[in-house]
Amino acid sequence: MNAMSEINKISATNDFVIRFANVNGSGSASANNLFSQAVFRLGVPVSSKNIFPSNIQGLPTWFEVRINEQGYLGRRGGYDFVVADNGQTMAKDYQELLPGGYFFYDSSKRLPHTFNREDIVELGVPLTEIVNTHYTDPRHRQIFKNIIYVGALAYLLDMDFSVFEESINTLFAKKPKLIEPNIKALKLGFDYAEQNHTDVCQLNIHRRDLNGDQILMEGNAAAGLGAVFAGATVAGWYPITPSTSVVEAFEKYCKAYRVDQDTGQNKFAILQAEDELAAIGMVIGASWNGARAFTATSGPGVSLMSEFLGLAYFAEIPVMLMDIQRTGPSTGMPTRTQQSDLISAAYASHGDTKNVLLFPSNPKECFDMTVIGFDLAERLQTPVILMSDLDLGMNVHQCDPIEWDDSHVYDRGKVLNEQQLTDLSERWGRYLDVDSDGIPYRTIPGTHPEKGAFFTRGSSHDEYAAYTEDGEVYARGMQRLLVKWDTSKTLVPAAEVSSEGADIGVIYFGTSAYSSQEALDQLRSTQAMDAMRIQAFPFGPEVADFIHQHQILFLIEQNRDAQMKTLLVNELAIDPNKIISVLNIDGMPITAEFLVTEIQNHLNDLLSHGRENQQSTGGVA
Amino acid sequence: MTYIRPNFRHPEKDRNKLGYSIRNYEGALSTLCAGCGHDSISAAIIQSCFDLNLEPHKIAKISGIGCSSKTPTYFLGKAHGFNSVHGRMPSVTTGANMANKDLLYLGVSGDGDTASIGMGQFAHVIRRNLNMVYIVMNNGCYGLTKGQDSATADKGSVSKKGVPSLFDSIDLCQMALQLGAGLVARSFSGDKKQLTPLIKAAIQHRGFAFIDVISPCVTFNNTPQSTKGYEWVREHMEATGTIDFIPDRSEITLDYPAGSSRKVTLHDGSELHLQKNGTDYDLSSRKAAMNQIETVKEQQKILTGLIYHNETKLDTHGKINTVETPLNALTQDELCPGSTVLSELNAKLR
Ligand SMILES: Cc1ncc(C[n+]2csc(CCOP(=O)(O)OP(=O)(O)O)c2C)c(N)n1
Ligand code: SF4
Ligand SMILES: [Mg+2]
Repeated sequence: MNAMSEINKISATNDFVIRFANVNGSGSASANNLFSQAVFRLGVPVSSKNIFPSNIQGLPTWFEVRINEQGYLGRRGGYDFVVADNGQTMAKDYQELLPGGYFFYDSSKRLPHTFNREDIVELGVPLTEIVNTHYTDPRHRQIFKNIIYVGALAYLLDMDFSVFEESINTLFAKKPKLIEPNIKALKLGFDYAEQNHTDVCQLNIHRRDLNGDQILMEGNAAAGLGAVFAGATVAGWYPITPSTSVVEAFEKYCKAYRVDQDTGQNKFAILQAEDELAAIGMVIGASWNGARAFTATSGPGVSLMSEFLGLAYFAEIPVMLMDIQRTGPSTGMPTRTQQSDLISAAYASHGDTKNVLLFPSNPKECFDMTVIGFDLAERLQTPVILMSDLDLGMNVHQCDPIEWDDSHVYDRGKVLNEQQLTDLSERWGRYLDVDSDGIPYRTIPGTHPEKGAFFTRGSSHDEYAAYTEDGEVYARGMQRLLVKWDTSKTLVPAAEVSSEGADIGVIYFGTSAYSSQEALDQLRSTQAMDAMRIQAFPFGPEVADFIHQHQILFLIEQNRDAQMKTLLVNELAIDPNKIISVLNIDGMPITAEFLVTEIQNHLNDLLSHGRENQQSTGGVA
Repeated sequence: MTYIRPNFRHPEKDRNKLGYSIRNYEGALSTLCAGCGHDSISAAIIQSCFDLNLEPHKIAKISGIGCSSKTPTYFLGKAHGFNSVHGRMPSVTTGANMANKDLLYLGVSGDGDTASIGMGQFAHVIRRNLNMVYIVMNNGCYGLTKGQDSATADKGSVSKKGVPSLFDSIDLCQMALQLGAGLVARSFSGDKKQLTPLIKAAIQHRGFAFIDVISPCVTFNNTPQSTKGYEWVREHMEATGTIDFIPDRSEITLDYPAGSSRKVTLHDGSELHLQKNGTDYDLSSRKAAMNQIETVKEQQKILTGLIYHNETKLDTHGKINTVETPLNALTQDELCPGSTVLSELNAKLR
């Protein structure tokens, strides 16, 4: 028994973390989503992280929900409340709960005597007993047990119950039979908690109006939707976590928006390929033939696609690739996040190659950058890779609504149509740099009976696409590709810079943005700091400027080898010592706490070194 | 290396229904070795397209890597070509076909390109029944890397190196049959009379059409003990029948002795007339075709000619139910849902 009076309970409104510990495949996901969605609908900013195993059933999963009315959406680390629904991990979940936190468990069975912390609050609800009393179907028992704990949370966290009722009503609008039993389950939990744990919990979620018109979406769903809006018609893909849901979303939205009303026929072709080589091969074939095509994969797939990416780079064929990064190397931790494919994507394939990368930070950007990516790929006739990650792709994130500007016309790039070919007075050359921007004109098979046919090849070619082993001609082509690379710097999204003349600059990209912004807010209370969020590779001039304008630079990455730093040093010829890397590689989304500690420690070090230096200099003088 | 033009030259006055001479179907000068079987296959492709009155620019030639995969440069110069990467012609062709169903896809590959590095893609493009012609120029070796045995080299076959091949060979026609190809044929680069009508039939076939063309590598694999050499193949060919290709609505002037011939009608109405050679089996039966290949093999012979034909299956587009308009011709208006759907969509996400 807890000696409640002695516990220094955590007390917070709209600012805490709750962790759900479940068994994989037990149907807990929908209950947990119901909960986090309710927080969102109460107008309170929320972020959730699914921490799941590479396994279909039976292994532990966690669902971590951060409720934060200041709007910080990064992972916080630590948890104040745990719903311990998994016997396997219960001891660990119990031990790791923060002091003063709340341990919610199924009290149908008594807790083992080893569960003897005196600094936490135990909240027992006999979930199994309740569900067995009220439901007979074993499947219902499994499902509603989860709903019952959500109901109990509604009471314990003082949430407006009507939000749940509304959610259930909309969720089951098409299956009204399910509404009543769900509401009943919620009430069972609510009532039990109200009667047995009256006013025990000091964590509250109270209604606010902070979410405006924001939405909750997974990055992968947004990328798939983006591909629909961008006019992609061909997708070749091979299943791999965490990218699979991109193509699933593409298919879902295609079925909604791309089926011919009259014939029922599809204005899209999605083929599950035999492997990633075939997936990218299909994309290249389709793009070569004038369709917008894409594939989505993760690190292992990028490795397999490398040869083809080199072909697309050298033969100058548009490719849109989405890399939803996970923890490498090799199979690594397939269900954990990382930003560790930067180098393999940027320089994919043998020989001198460089690919355009885009770094989205939230689902809306997954959508926008997918659209931008298709335009860039066709404008530049080269691979463009959307560098998302598992955290962004597979977790639901709160972000601004998806928008589409109807005046936006797809940029199909330099493609000669039949008339243009007919009108050509000079000899056309597939790889001729007519406009001095490094981008030649291409033609699509079947366009013109007499003009514009050429042979696409990955072997060295001259300006007219003829095979050549003349080193000078080859070199000229390779140099021209660098001219194109320079052009791409003017077309990719620029880095987002917030600069007020501080000596210290913090650089981050992708999903590190959430926690970086939070960390910056804390760090800036004692130290002025500028910030830059990189959105693309190659780097525009603003990136070099930012680096040159700051004495001390921190670069936040979620990989071991400071891959973005390598790109910066390599491409911008900057002094590597100027950049201090702050690296997280545990496969979990980076936290603000980690960043603040790391950066603060470095600053303290620098400060003390600085003093030593001053002293020694002083001594000499 | 010698620069040889395929050795047929028609006078300019010979023009087809499009007004094109055969020159309009030729490509660049071949840089293959003089006498290479691959050049004869190029010539048969040129002849077939000319005879069928195909618009060259409505053909897409796609290949992998190898001497064989170089050949698309040497035919159909007015058609777009794509020399992709080793073993990956099928996926590039698949993507291209998905983008535009209205072109003719002519895939060219080698035995190394198909039976080793590209085996996976070969298998899967067949199962999807992609509408294409897939020609393997099969010389039992890797010509371009100087003659190593390939996976189609028969066990015991001896190349220029003088060492008999140790391993069992892969029979690509049997694989194609097993995987569901609708048209399966085998021919010999040295038998233009047989090869040309087969290529025409493959072109007219709707769905996946496969032709394994034995095509000797004169430089590395043309020894008397090589089962892919000219000598051996000439002596061991066993045709399912002699073939004539009769285009749609043409007057049929051929005369066969009663009972000795059979007709295969293709989806566009054109016909293949087969003069049977002794053995007879149901060409539309996969089991019978498989059996026939094995039977002939047991006699130390190579079954050639049309081996199997069945056009009843849907092609890839049919299976995935795409619209009639080629996907690459759909406009932004037809593809982009536009802002109007977003208010509902965003609302669902709140
Ligand atoms: C990934 C890769 N591996 C190896 C090679 C080297 N290579 C070029 S052609 C070839 C074999 C070609 O054999 P085949 O397809 O039978 O064509 P052939 O030259 O005999 O006509 C090989 C192994 C390559 N180009 N790419
Ligand atoms: S090496 Fe063999 S396959 Fe290659 S061109 Fe010469 S004869 Fe033909
Ligand atoms: Mg070969």
